[in-house]
Amino acid sequence: MKYFPLLWATLWRRKARTVFTLLSLTAAFLLLGTLQAANAMFSGGSLNLSAPILIVQARVSFTQPLPLRLLPQLEAIPGVSSVSHSQFFGGVYKDVKNFFPQFAVNPERWRKTSLECHLSDEQFQAWTASRTAAVAGRQLAERFGWKIGDRIPLTSQIWPLKDGSRAWTFDLVGIFDDSSKDSCVRQGNMYIRYDYFDEGRQFGQGGAGIYLLRLSDPNRAEAVSRQVDALFENSPDETKTQTEKDFTLNFVRQLGNLNLILSGITVAVFFSILLVTGNTMSQAVRERIPELAVLKTIGFSDGGVLALVLAEALLLCVLGGLAGMLLSVAALDIIAKLPIGIPPIDADLRVWLFAAASMLGLALLVGILPALRAKNLSIIEALAVR
Amino acid sequence: MKQSLAVTWMNLRSIPSRYLTSLVIVVGIALVVGVLVAMLSMSKGFEYTLKGTGSESRALMLSAGVTAELSSYIDPQMVSLLRELPGIRRDAAGKPLSSAELLVITELKRNGGDVNVALRGVEPAGLAMRPEVKLVEGRLFKPGLRELIAGRAATRQFSGISVGSKLDFRNSQWTVVGIFDSSGDAHESELWTDADTARSAFGRPGASAVLAQLDPASSAADALKALQASVAGDPRFQIDVLGERDYYNAQSQGVTDNINFITVFITVIMAFGAVFGALNTMYSAVAARQIEIATLRAIGFSGLPVMLSVLAESVALALIGGLIGAGIAWLLFDGLTTATLGQNFTQVAFSFAVTPDLVERGLGWALAIGLIGGFFPALKAIRQPVAEALRGA
Repeated sequence: MKYFPLLWATLWRRKARTVFTLLSLTAAFLLLGTLQAANAMFSGGSLNLSAPILIVQARVSFTQPLPLRLLPQLEAIPGVSSVSHSQFFGGVYKDVKNFFPQFAVNPERWRKTSLECHLSDEQFQAWTASRTAAVAGRQLAERFGWKIGDRIPLTSQIWPLKDGSRAWTFDLVGIFDDSSKDSCVRQGNMYIRYDYFDEGRQFGQGGAGIYLLRLSDPNRAEAVSRQVDALFENSPDETKTQTEKDFTLNFVRQLGNLNLILSGITVAVFFSILLVTGNTMSQAVRERIPELAVLKTIGFSDGGVLALVLAEALLLCVLGGLAGMLLSVAALDIIAKLPIGIPPIDADLRVWLFAAASMLGLALLVGILPALRAKNLSIIEALAVR
Repeated sequence: MKQSLAVTWMNLRSIPSRYLTSLVIVVGIALVVGVLVAMLSMSKGFEYTLKGTGSESRALMLSAGVTAELSSYIDPQMVSLLRELPGIRRDAAGKPLSSAELLVITELKRNGGDVNVALRGVEPAGLAMRPEVKLVEGRLFKPGLRELIAGRAATRQFSGISVGSKLDFRNSQWTVVGIFDSSGDAHESELWTDADTARSAFGRPGASAVLAQLDPASSAADALKALQASVAGDPRFQIDVLGERDYYNAQSQGVTDNINFITVFITVIMAFGAVFGALNTMYSAVAARQIEIATLRAIGFSGLPVMLSVLAESVALALIGGLIGAGIAWLLFDGLTTATLGQNFTQVAFSFAVTPDLVERGLGWALAIGLIGGFFPALKAIRQPVAEALRGA
């Protein structure tokens, strides 16, 4: 630690070069952090979907609604603590660009299944009291600046009303958020009442959409899924049951091989920063050869000089890397608030570990050759340069 | 002018002596341009696939206000009324050339995961109306049997589709009896069956959309307008009439917007990094030439040629990098096929397309990075007092 002032001074020997290298590192780690966080999400790492919930959909496709009459059979399955049904409404709020999902649900059932989301008793009462009432997640309400009491017009892309019109209107009576920190993953959604929806729509009556089963024992997910699918096998309503996490991941995976694309870009970014930093380190050592020789003259060992140069590379990489990672956290925060329908992404521990390993690896790669050069320096030759 | 050329040429010839630091610019920019071109070639390819779907001479009728076929549903009674509208071409027997088609999503396997695939029920006229659709293997499905034909792209993207293979959905087995080619358009990722078979199997008597051949008596645009007017003028209809081409053009928007947003985000940050790398390289290039530049200034060269020589160096390196990057993107990605989710929540296969305008855009970014990275060092080169520089401080 006592060598820190020396390190600090050598780092800033050429201010402009160090600043540019640091900025380059910052840009690289900003990308690395953001892309790896996205990568972690697409592979399910940071998807916050650990609730013991199974999704039952029609086997042919999730867009084919399952009928409401399956409800009692699903409720009777041992290990299922509550069942909710959910029909995608496909409403457009003012403009197609404002996409957010809405679902027609039974309020009581929704509340018993979505335990991770908190809706106050008073607002829940208001929801059950009025047929046109709806509730929205905190994130969604903030996105459009909604307040309780607002009327929300939605044009359904799927469900016309009896008179053929597609213009539905709902009254916002409740805004729900997390029961505990970051637990409620449904905060970007809006929920309307199934009874009102089912009576109002032109066709499709009795279709429930998909079912959400909440399990009393998360370890029984596999067994219960198999039981559900076996129950409806060879019936007109064959089902496919999977955990909510798998359901969501399968959706994301269908967008394409995102992991490959993100990893490819990460490698490109890493390679280019390797070159920039490597160039800086080799220049830094080359122009300091006489100084390094002086250090050796006054008693620094070969190993000591080697360590000094490596430490300098590490300091450079960690400073720039840390700045980039902090920026990426801020960037992820901003992206989460953008109205482009990307789910919130968190830089979790794995991302930070990846970043730390990258900084370390980078420092070693760019520092080792200059460091060896410094170590093998012969004092006499080096001092003779002048 | 002559001065500038002479100094620039002299300088460019000296680049090899600084090749290691010059590599920072070339490789840095090659990577930026490579990533940019590769990402954009993806959105370009998707756009090509969708824009190449459909024909100007056909119209698509959907429920009013929907953006995709999947969410549209038209009653059987409405379907028969729509077919009889003026502006629709009739065949020799006087029957209107129209196809009421049902689009449903089915799930197929791909590398272990399930993917959504579109199953389209088409009427015989739907095949006759689409000359671009050619059966290349096997035979056509027979009405009333659970048989289907698959697009060529579908056979490549999803596992287990070939003539004779069986697919399980809607609790029955369907047999693939043929493969069709439609010159790589969006339909090639679909499965097609007889419209009535699909209607009975999925319990939906109506149609998602009605495709109609426009009357060739007037121009396609006029016929479309006439059809739109007659639908709009009849209060029984809650229907939008679109040119088939226009419909598919609009379908590419969402996906390409998303890819382009992400591409710009990534490219801007990578470009920042590359600019700082270029600045470092060019500052050290100027430092290496310090005595040479000072000598030139001392013997009477003005600032401009010196500045230009520095700028030319960084721009030349940047363009070389840009070309290498675009070239690598072209070699690796052009023509590569992949698939993503389209507006209908179903897989649409497409090929990456590295086009000249993408290469141009990539070189534009390279040029900008080269100019910024060279400008400040160039300024420094001519601002340095000659006497001080000559001392080689």
